[in-house]
Amino acid sequence: MGNLRSVYNAIKFLGGEPILVSSPDELNDGKIIIPGVGAFGDGMKNFTQFVPKISEAISSGAPVLGICLGLHMLFEKSEESPDVRGIGAIKGEIIKIRTKLKLPHMGWNFLNVQKKSCPLFKGIGEGYAYFVHSYHAWPKVDVVAATTDYGEKVTAAIWDENIFGTQFHPEKSGAYGLKILKNFMRL
Amino acid sequence: MLSKRIIPCLDCDLAVPSGRVVKGIEFKQIRYAGIPWELAKKYYEEGADEIVFLDITASHERRETMIHVIEKTSENVFVPLTVGGGIRNIEDARKVFNAGADKVAINTAAIENPQLINDIAKHFGSQACVVAIDAKRRFIASKDAVKDKITVKTPEGFCWFECSIYGGRKFVGMDAIKWAIEAEERGAGEILLTSMDRDGTTYGYDIPLTKAIAEKLSIPVIASGGCGNPEHMYEVFKETQASAALAASIFHYGTYSIIDVKKYLAKKGIEVRL
Repeated sequence: MGNLRSVYNAIKFLGGEPILVSSPDELNDGKIIIPGVGAFGDGMKNFTQFVPKISEAISSGAPVLGICLGLHMLFEKSEESPDVRGIGAIKGEIIKIRTKLKLPHMGWNFLNVQKKSCPLFKGIGEGYAYFVHSYHAWPKVDVVAATTDYGEKVTAAIWDENIFGTQFHPEKSGAYGLKILKNFMRL
Repeated sequence: MLSKRIIPCLDCDLAVPSGRVVKGIEFKQIRYAGIPWELAKKYYEEGADEIVFLDITASHERRETMIHVIEKTSENVFVPLTVGGGIRNIEDARKVFNAGADKVAINTAAIENPQLINDIAKHFGSQACVVAIDAKRRFIASKDAVKDKITVKTPEGFCWFECSIYGGRKFVGMDAIKWAIEAEERGAGEILLTSMDRDGTTYGYDIPLTKAIAEKLSIPVIASGGCGNPEHMYEVFKETQASAALAASIFHYGTYSIIDVKKYLAKKGIEVRL
């Protein structure tokens, strides 16, 4: 998907050395970004082979960033595809946004940073980010780092030690999004 | 809440090696404005919320040039990128997405084969499927003078709106409002609505057209055609439910920068990303 290339371009633009991997054997000991656009079931089906290696990397303390569907896959399960199991690195599930407003929630929305100490938001504060989604994270643990308002409070970013996730697309969120990616690269 | 989007549109003529951005006046005459990815980068840096490329050469042998333009653009532009013009099928769409586009805009191909909307929405998601409608006013004597058309009252009299295809060169008798409703039902994620009467004129957006379609749909409508100054953008956001305003010439010729327009809108109480 276009998303993969956009993330790759953004990391490169920021001076990083992105590597696109298509099998778990290609994963090295660097930071891991899990991008993704699409449905949970399809996403996990293509991703299953990566789960053991990613879980191992998470346990060993490697920084991992899930973007959009990538964030969803870090959780245990999703209403979108109830029979499919996620990576389960974060306790909780992905649920449809309970809003009267039109779904998908698509466009630029303002982030309210809940955890000021979250390294992703270090030195940049609040701003607009680009969202495209109908489902969002509903964690059982206290990991919500940022929210946004779309008729109800929507989970916009999560953070648990070395595990990060953004519901918005930092690679499509202009200079603000690039700063968030840069913060991840600096970890 | 979602901010209103300001979208510069780059009409690309790819009949030269690197392509160039052009601007038509009422879909006919053409002026030249610059190299596509350089202008796109400039607009991105000025705060554009999205970039739209429309390939107006629309000849098949130039497809590879458009792919090159998208690839070059996506190296430096980190906001959503929409590409339209000459996308006939899923394979064309896939190539455009792989090159770095986030959305495709389809017009002629969707009217000739409406199933394409369903197919793109299914394969790539509704958010990636923009249906572009070029609409022209057809004036009538009274509200009920034509059957099977949705009529709208304008300051100039009653009219219905006819869709055009092939870049404004062909009309097939289709009602633009009904078509917009059908496009949403088929899975379109957005409507890019261009007024052919206003395009290139700088007289302002066609408010009755934009209002009629935006209030009947729940998906976002991008107003297009006729923007000559920031007040026109304010007017379209105030008078209609449009989610985004698209403009070309006011940005291309440096009349207004995107940041000027956004500051103006913010001052007038419109929520924009600054």
